[in-house]
Amino acid sequence: MGAIEATAGRPNSLQIVISGIFRENAIFRMAISLCPAIAVTTGLKTGFLMGIAVVFVNTMVNVTVSLMRKVIHPRIRMPIYMLIISGWVTVADLTLAAFSRDAYKQMGLYIQLIVAFASILTRAENFASKNKVIPSFFDGIGIGTGFFFALMVISFFRELLGKGALWGVDIIHAKPLLIALLPTGGFFATGLLMGFFNWIDIRFYGGKGAGGAGGH
Amino acid sequence: MQEESNKAQKLKEQPKEQGKGQVFNTQGLVVSVSPHIRSEETVSKIMWTVSVSLSPAFVMGVYFFGPRAILVTALCILGSLLSEVLIQRLAGKEIAIKDGSAFLTGLLLGLNMPVTVPFYIPLLSAFIGVAITKQLFGGLGYNIFNPALMGRAFALITWPRAMTTWAVPTLSFAGLDGKTMATPLGLLKEEGLARLLEVFGDKAHLYKQLLVGYRGGSLGETSIVALLIGAAFLFYFRYISWHIPISFLTTVAVGAWAFGGKAGVFSGEPIIHLLSGGLVLGAFYMATDYVTCPAVKKGQILFGVGCGVLTLLIRLKAGYPEGVMFAILIMNCLTPLIDRSFRAKVFGAKGKKT
Repeated sequence: MGAIEATAGRPNSLQIVISGIFRENAIFRMAISLCPAIAVTTGLKTGFLMGIAVVFVNTMVNVTVSLMRKVIHPRIRMPIYMLIISGWVTVADLTLAAFSRDAYKQMGLYIQLIVAFASILTRAENFASKNKVIPSFFDGIGIGTGFFFALMVISFFRELLGKGALWGVDIIHAKPLLIALLPTGGFFATGLLMGFFNWIDIRFYGGKGAGGAGGH
Repeated sequence: MQEESNKAQKLKEQPKEQGKGQVFNTQGLVVSVSPHIRSEETVSKIMWTVSVSLSPAFVMGVYFFGPRAILVTALCILGSLLSEVLIQRLAGKEIAIKDGSAFLTGLLLGLNMPVTVPFYIPLLSAFIGVAITKQLFGGLGYNIFNPALMGRAFALITWPRAMTTWAVPTLSFAGLDGKTMATPLGLLKEEGLARLLEVFGDKAHLYKQLLVGYRGGSLGETSIVALLIGAAFLFYFRYISWHIPISFLTTVAVGAWAFGGKAGVFSGEPIIHLLSGGLVLGAFYMATDYVTCPAVKKGQILFGVGCGVLTLLIRLKAGYPEGVMFAILIMNCLTPLIDRSFRAKVFGAKGKKT
């Protein structure tokens, strides 16, 4: 995916953000963090909250890792990254618990699972540990927003097809495809959307489509 | 000097030409990649023959469930042909609907539908079966799962009520009168053997009804006699071997006899289990799909036994009354593993290393 490296010179902040949303989209292009993409996308509301939490954690982790990149010894960098990630996830977790009790009951488990997201750890390892604070900040925003965008698209289709509703509001008074709500349907939706974005990439931008490493 | 260099050039070129000749020349030794034995059998011939062999079951389905059965099956076939054309055109492949594989998938899917389904269900499940399960995995020969079964599994999970509403067979050809009944397996599971016998009369009568096919069920699975006629046809032309069907049926029969009864071990009803549900259709037509079953005979027996065990587990212990479909699909994903563990020993190879 060497989009950043391929750009001549230092990319500006906007380029980093846009690349994070589209060319390096965690779900549709890199195929990582697929578990949450399937677990929380049964409704727009849950997808939205999860997306916001990920944007926040991703950005803060990137900034922290970037700030500390010269202090962290390479041999123990992974445990340190995990500590940093868990710290910020705790912040997000407690914030959600304090301000939205109902949403926390529904989402709490998944918010805590952000600790294990491949998309956040990869950015800490591949970007923030090698770049200065400002680009790392924008990279976090970009990747987080890309993740957010992907969750919204997937949960839009799953909620519409599975519950016949959007944002909890019943709009077609029927449940056209019950399977869309099940994990199977999540895989179907993610795979088909990934194919769709690959098709756009190949058809209009002359790309090769995503390979993807796969991961949690 | 000039001549010499020409000669040298010729000498250089010669081996190349020889090499080419060896592959294409039929005079000498022909070197080519496998398969070496060629027969008159083609994919399309097999597919169309299997489709023809299903006609008794289809006719019985129409006889029991009326003209709507024709419509449902036709929609399944139409849906799978359209999906095949659509995906092959999108992928820029050669359009190969004439090979009959999509037709057969549609036909099998149709025979696996309850006759009362709304008309969008056949079309959509055919799309899932052919477009997603078969074509997106690379087309005929590359699919992991049986397309028709996958289409049906999709339909059963998505529209559970529509897919488990079983019409009472009518013999009048005037159409259905809207009455529904539970399948024999559903009755056996929910209300027990006594209730099943109450509905069908005594045991002999029950067996007769099950053999002929006068019972609630998918439109092509009910008539065991018709299915056996088709299967005999396939055996006669050696399109299927005994390994999978017989091991599958035996496992279910023995298992049902041993563990199916409430009164302890060996008090079950093997014949009811054999004759009801989609077992015969599944064992002879679904599990024997060339693409998704193991190629080695020993592996096929293991495949059949596995299907049988899973079918019984689902029938006796799980939430669904019928488990043939899920059993075959689960064994489909184990097929590569089975094929690998029963791989033929290469001549001259030592030890167990592969």
